[in-house]
Order: sequence, then structure tokens, then C-alpha cells
Amino acid sequence: MSNKISETLTFECETGNYHTFCPISCVAWLYQKIEDSFFLVVGTKTCGYFLQNALGVMIFAEPRYAMAELEEGDISAQLNDYEELKRLCLQIKKDRNPSVIIWIGTCTTEIIKMDLEGMAPKLENELGIPIVVARANGLDYAFTQGEDTVLAAMAHRCPEQNLLIDKKKVVQDSNIQNLFSFLSFEKKEEISNEQLEKLKKNPPLVLFGSLPSTVASQLSSELKRQSIQVSGWLPAQRYTDLPLLGDHVYVCGVNPFLSRTATTLMRRRKCKLIGAPFPIGPDGTRAWIEKICSVFGIKTEGLEKREEQIWENLKDYLDLVRGKSVFFMGDNLLEISLARFLIRCGMIVYEIGIPYLDKRYQAAELLLLQTTCKKMSIPIPRIVEKPDNYNQIQRMRELQPDLAITGMAHANPLEARGINTKWSVEFTFAQIHGFTNARDILELVTRPLRRNNNLENLGWNDLTKKEKKNKI
Amino acid sequence: MKLAYWMYAGPAHIGTLRVASSFKNVHAIMHAPLGDDYFNVMRSMLERERDFTPVTASIVDRHVLARGSQEKVVDNITRKDKEERPDLIVLTPTCTSSILQEDLQNFVDRASITSKSDVILADVNHYRVNELQAADRTLEQVVRYYLEKARRQGTLDQSITKEPSANIIGIFTLGFHNQHDCRELKRLLQELNIKINKVIPEGGSVKDLQDLPKAWFNLVPYREVGLMTAIYLEKTFGMPYISITPMGIVDTAECIRQIQKNVNNLISNKKVNYEPYIDQQTRFVSQAAWFSRSIDCQNLTGKKAVVFGDATHAASITRILAREMGIRVICTGTYCKHDAEWFKEQVQGFCDEVLITDDHTQVGDMIARIEPSAIFGTQMERHIGKRLDIPCGVISSPVHIQNFPLGYRPFLGYEGTNQIADLVYNSFTLGMEDHLLEIFGGHDTKEVITKSLSTDTDLTWNSESQLELNKIPGFVRGKIKRNTEKFARQNAITNITVEIMYAAKEALSA
Repeated sequence: MSNKISETLTFECETGNYHTFCPISCVAWLYQKIEDSFFLVVGTKTCGYFLQNALGVMIFAEPRYAMAELEEGDISAQLNDYEELKRLCLQIKKDRNPSVIIWIGTCTTEIIKMDLEGMAPKLENELGIPIVVARANGLDYAFTQGEDTVLAAMAHRCPEQNLLIDKKKVVQDSNIQNLFSFLSFEKKEEISNEQLEKLKKNPPLVLFGSLPSTVASQLSSELKRQSIQVSGWLPAQRYTDLPLLGDHVYVCGVNPFLSRTATTLMRRRKCKLIGAPFPIGPDGTRAWIEKICSVFGIKTEGLEKREEQIWENLKDYLDLVRGKSVFFMGDNLLEISLARFLIRCGMIVYEIGIPYLDKRYQAAELLLLQTTCKKMSIPIPRIVEKPDNYNQIQRMRELQPDLAITGMAHANPLEARGINTKWSVEFTFAQIHGFTNARDILELVTRPLRRNNNLENLGWNDLTKKEKKNKI
Repeated sequence: MKLAYWMYAGPAHIGTLRVASSFKNVHAIMHAPLGDDYFNVMRSMLERERDFTPVTASIVDRHVLARGSQEKVVDNITRKDKEERPDLIVLTPTCTSSILQEDLQNFVDRASITSKSDVILADVNHYRVNELQAADRTLEQVVRYYLEKARRQGTLDQSITKEPSANIIGIFTLGFHNQHDCRELKRLLQELNIKINKVIPEGGSVKDLQDLPKAWFNLVPYREVGLMTAIYLEKTFGMPYISITPMGIVDTAECIRQIQKNVNNLISNKKVNYEPYIDQQTRFVSQAAWFSRSIDCQNLTGKKAVVFGDATHAASITRILAREMGIRVICTGTYCKHDAEWFKEQVQGFCDEVLITDDHTQVGDMIARIEPSAIFGTQMERHIGKRLDIPCGVISSPVHIQNFPLGYRPFLGYEGTNQIADLVYNSFTLGMEDHLLEIFGGHDTKEVITKSLSTDTDLTWNSESQLELNKIPGFVRGKIKRNTEKFARQNAITNITVEIMYAAKEALSA
């Protein structure tokens, strides 16, 4: 399969001199997702300053994360790191009493070879609080891969699925009733036992990837419409609610940057991975659901109509983007899925920059990208791993795309040179998954286009002084 | 180890990068892991910088950890040299690279051979100095490098300009209102008939650094950055420097008198006298002196305030509040621990207590204990104030995007006095307004505005959708509730479920 892809998809690799966020930034959204957690980033002033600046206003809301700021004594091993960490974790226990403390290892702990994994179990016994270690450092990872390291570490902590199938009473679930009443927009129908049975039938399915709880329940309810019950999420809203895992549990990812988590679930927890495109955009969502259904041998119902309906709702935005060109500089690993969706919207993608591409984990997504390009009859964009921002800017000067999706370091300078930009980090924080949120993606993508349509006639597109050498 | 989630001053390399990227045509290359280049984001975002930040990283990754950087750093330097043709490339170590203990000086030496640019290694210790100290150090290092180079090449011209002239040292990127302060200082010097010789580092060119000694004296507006350079220039070239910050009416006058002294030292015939200028500005151009006399300011008498910030701003604002407005400063403090002695001396007699700390929780506790009517501090104090319902005027870094206003807002010189008076006055009156509103029962804004067809509650939310609604952040909850109900009515649905909420969102064209 992957061979077949590489015949037509071309992957390039550049120097890796690109701008992205440090993976420790994942604490920003994970501490909010896992409500009873505390994140301790073991690093230096550099890490702390980054979080402080990247998280902006959140920092003032007494967040459940902190820096264990290493000082000279820690680096030169004059201080005992076990004792130091114990002191800080006791303090955290006293002040916040979390259900889990997650240690985030950084570049510094890697270099001085601080044995976080070795210390955690000892300290866990002493404190009576689980301590999970994730090494989300900039030596190995980029931005969203931070979440990947945390979830992979958490996968080890999920309880084992007991093979004893407990005889649960079939409860007349009001949710299910509501669900069917919604489908017919009228009075409640009687639910046949057959349908109820169907809902209970599929083997346990655990979805992995941290999403805002609303988005998670939206995706769960999309599956419920196809009579598929989601048995759990990694991560859950609380650490104490981690899902059961085991050798007959099926798992499926909702985000393209979770390849380590996928590997851990398969190899260490013996789960069965469903490789599907990611539920980003209506096309992606439909393909994702179809794939899960096909694994469980379920025929989908009304999915095609559902997708059409969503496209119908997007019409005003599609008119704006059709025929416009996009350039992804690449910094958060969502690029393939987003590019695929935008191509389906009628846009032309010149280049997909991406920090790292796991061709096996993203195989289904890459295939969908290919078929989408065929369907829309446009050439397959070049995919550039570990891009070089300087070269990309030269290429942009040639191509003059209608939109550059880029990090904040380049957004303002590109705008000053008359190139519309959308800040890529917003895609990480906005709700972009499922049918319901397709509109939000286009809201983001079209915002610069709409804004600049308003300014078009003022004739101030190039706002740089001419003597500059690095002009675009 | 220290438990912390907020710091007042950043890590050392940030200071180095700020100085390097303030110069024209100087490029900094960081020896750093992926993601450490968020300085570019700060500069591009906060300063709304139009140009690409001249900072790139020579990435430290696994391979570097295993085998050392080898050719990588040298290649990156020579590549940047070809791409951008900078005058100077500053190799900047980060905390990561300082533990790796690679011989960066060796890379610099090797790269200098092949590049047209000058190449230097920023000399900062990550575990001993902070952002401000590093900036000070780097500026001195660059100035020293070019003056010594000029001396070696015999291009150093030490004769001073015919007319009185000054260098302004220490204006740089991401500094608190630096750009506006610089304009104000230029105007002030111009009005005193003093030419500006050079402003460094902001917008300066390293090629011009050899002209620094041509000025009659150096003006160092901020204590944090520029003093080391001024001291070096004094030692080496006998250039006098003035380090009185011209903030507030009294100190601005004092600074001008110092300038007068320095100018008269070098003039043989017609001595200058700036006293009439000071008087004119104080009484009629600046409104601050009059403001202090006016009825408004009378109401501020004896009101309690707390001040916290960098050494320069916290000290100056303390003196302005106490000496020029009659406000009682209960506690003043700074996070510049390395400058504690100077700070204590400056604020002596102008406040009841002094707090020297870089731990924001101590500052928060102090504010909670004192319960002042207003706080003058950094962005952190602003948020502490929000939590305690105390108004706060921001007077110092660390900064936010709103501290880079588009309008003209200097803190220095005579226009600066007006701006500070406004800031102080607005902080207090806002507090007063709030207080009065509370006494008289608050604004009456309880009326709900709905865009729906009718507002009678013919709709029921079931428990699940109620829960879902409560998960939505407060500031958009009302809107989502209204939109969902509108959708439900349009579709003649009476019972709102979670699915209806989603359907409403999908159907919405907004």
C-alpha cells in the first residue's frame, strides 16, 4: 500500500530549519482537557518563558501546570534531583491535590540524562499519586507531537479490559431515544430491540486524541447514528476515567500526529488499530466513519446525505475559496488532512510542508489525498518534510499563493509583502473535527481572504520599504 | 529546582537576540533545539514587525547530541552569510547548548575565515544572567568589537563633533515604549540644540559604531541596558555619560541640568543655560505640573499605591507618585535583583517598604495584604489587580501587545509626564467609578437582548443538552443558547437535545 502511494506521491526532505512551537506547548490544551491532572515541566527558564509567551492570557488563570525550573546546581548535579522533584511534587500535592502528575521532560533533562522514568515509580509510591513521564522535547519532536508523547505514556496506564463480559442490563437509554427522534424531527419513535441490540454489539472501540469535550461528544454521536458505541476516549475528561484496553479492543485516531500513541496501543496494549483518514472536513469525517463501520461490518446509513447536507451549508464559503491557491509552510502535522479538505473545497495546494510524516499511520489519509486530487483533477502537491523556511519563502515569491498557512514568525512579514496569511496554530486550538465543525475550518481559511477583499482597493498591499533585500 | 510558572525577565539569549535584531543588517544564529526560536514570534507579534526577524536557529537535534554539531553550525553561518550578506553574525548559545559544552568559539573562528560578515559569539552565561543583563552585556560586546577593530585598522577618529552632540544608548526592540521614548529624547535634545550622533542599537548600523566617540557625551535612559557600554566608552575614550532617567518633571529637569554641565565642560566661550527652557517646559508645555496643582489631583492625596517593575521604571514612577502627585506609595519593588542596592537608594524616603523579588506570588501576596487603591506594575500585576478588583496601570516590562500602542505614548521627557499623569489619573478614577457604582447598585444592564422571534420559553432543554451548554465557555454561551433556540423554533422543535444543538450549529450560516 505504502509502495503504491510513493509511486505517485512525492516526498521531499529539506534542512529542517523551520519554525514551529516546542512540543511542551501541549500542556496548554492537555491540562484543560484532563481536569484532575497537573503538568510539571522539568526544564529551564527558556522553556518557562516560551510557555509564558505562548499561552498568553491562560498563564494568569492559575493553570494546573508549572515549571520545575532547573538551576545551576541541578545541572552540575550538586543537588539531588530525586529530592528536588519530591519537594516540588509534595508542594503540588499540598496545593492542588491532583489525581495524576505528568512530568514533561525537556531538552535539558535529555542532555543531562535525568532519569525521570526511573524516579517516577519510586516517587509515586512515596506520594501515593500516579506520576506519568512524557519526554516532549525539541530535540526529537515538533509542536503537536508533544501530545503524542503524553498520550503514549498514558496508554501504559490504562486499565486492562477484563475478558469477563459482565451481564449488563439493557437500559432504555434516553439518549438513544433522543437520537432517533432527532433523525425524524418528529415525535419519538419506538426503538426496536433490534436497533438496541445493534448498539451494544460492536466490540469495544476507543478513540485516541485530545479534543474539546463538545467535539468529542459530537464525534461519538456521529458514530452512534451508525449504531456504533464508543467505549472510551484516550484521554478522558479525568485521569481516573482512562479507558479499558486489551487485545480485543479496537482503537482509532482522530488526529494525524498521534503515531507513537498508535504504535504503543498496538504493540504494547495489543489493541487493533483502525487506519482511517482523519475526521477533518466533511469528506474526512465521512471516510473516517465509513472505515470504522466497515471494520465492524456495519452498513452505513444516511451518511452520504449527511455529507451532502454539510457541503450545501458551506456553499457561501466555497464560492470564496474555489480556485484560490494555498501554501502550507508546515508546523503542526495537521497539514495533510487540511490540504486534502481544501483541495476538495476546490482550492489549489502548491506545497504541503510538514515537520514529520509517518507514512504508515497516515496511509489512509494520504490515499484520500490522492483520490481527492484525482477527483478534482488537479496535480498532487509536493509534500516537503522538515521544510526550510528560507527556501519556502523564496518559492512563495515565485508562486505568489493566495494564502499562506504559516506560523506567527512569518505571518506579519508575509502580510507586509502582500501575501494573505492564516496563522497555523489556530487550527490546533479551533474546533475542526467532524461534520459539525467543517464550517469553522473555512471560517479560519477565508478570514484573511474576506478581510483583504475589503482592503483590496486601497492600493496598500505592499507595506515594506523598497531597499529591503529580503523582499518577497 | 524552583517551582514557577511566570518569570519577569526571560532567559539570557532573549536579551542577546533583542540587541542583535535591533541593529540593522545583523543576523543572529541560535544554537538551539527546534522550537526555541519563539523570539521571532514575540517580535513579529508584539512589535508587529514587517520584516522577517533576522534570527535563525542552527538546530540541535538527536544527531547533534550523539556526534556534536560538527559542520552544522559553520555551514549555517556561511549559508546565512551568502543569503543575507549581513554585516555581523552573532552566534547565540542557549541553555541547551551551554550544557553541551561544544566549542562554539572554534565554530566562530572557522566560519569567520570563509564569510564576508563579521562573526562573533555572544558571551553570556545562561545560568547566571537574565535577559536584561545579557542584553547589556551583548551591546557592550558588539560596541567593543567594532571599536577595537577600527583601532586596529586605523580608521578610528577620536575627534569630537563641532556642535554639541550625544549618543542615545539602550533603545532596542521589545523594550517598553522604547520607540516613543526615543522620539521624545531626540526632540528634547534637538530643542537644546544638541545633535544626535548615534542611537544604538535600534536601527543602528554596526559600521557606524566607530563614530560613537565623536559625541560629546552619552545618554543612557534605562539602567537595564546600555550602562555597561557607557562605562566602557568612558573608560576607553573618556566620554562622560548621563544615566539619570528623564522620567517625571523633577528628574527630567535634573537630566537636562546634567546635560548642561557636560556641554559647558567642553565649551570654552559661550556657556549654555537651559534653566529658562526647563521653566517654560515645566510650567506651560508639560501639563503635569499644573495637573498636580489642580483639584483633580487633590483627590488623589494620600491614596495608597503599590509599584512594581524593572528598576528604571519602578524607581521613577515611585518618585513621581510620591514627589509630584502626593500619592502614598506603600510598597515599591523590582525584579532586577542584581540592581537591588541602587534601587533601594533611589526610592529611599518615597515609600514605606521595598520588595526585591522575582517571584510573582510574593508580589501578589504583598498587594493582597496592602489593598492599595491602584497598582502600577507589569502585565502580571495587571492580572493580580484583576483578580483582586484593583485597577492597574502598566509601567514596565514584561509587556503585552497593548504595550506597543500605535499612538505616541512616551514615558520619558515632557510629553512623557503628560502620558504618566493620564495613566495615573485614569487608574485611580476608574477605581473610584467602580466603587461608586457598587455603592449605588451597579449599571443596570440586566436586560437580555434576544434576536429571536419571541422570547416566551416554549422550549425545554433536556438535562444532557443543559450539561453540554454549561461546558461552553461563558462568553459565547448566551449566543449559542439563542442560536439553538432560534433554530429549534424554525423547525418547530420543542425539546432541545444535544443533537439539536449540533444541528443548529451546522445549519447556521454564522
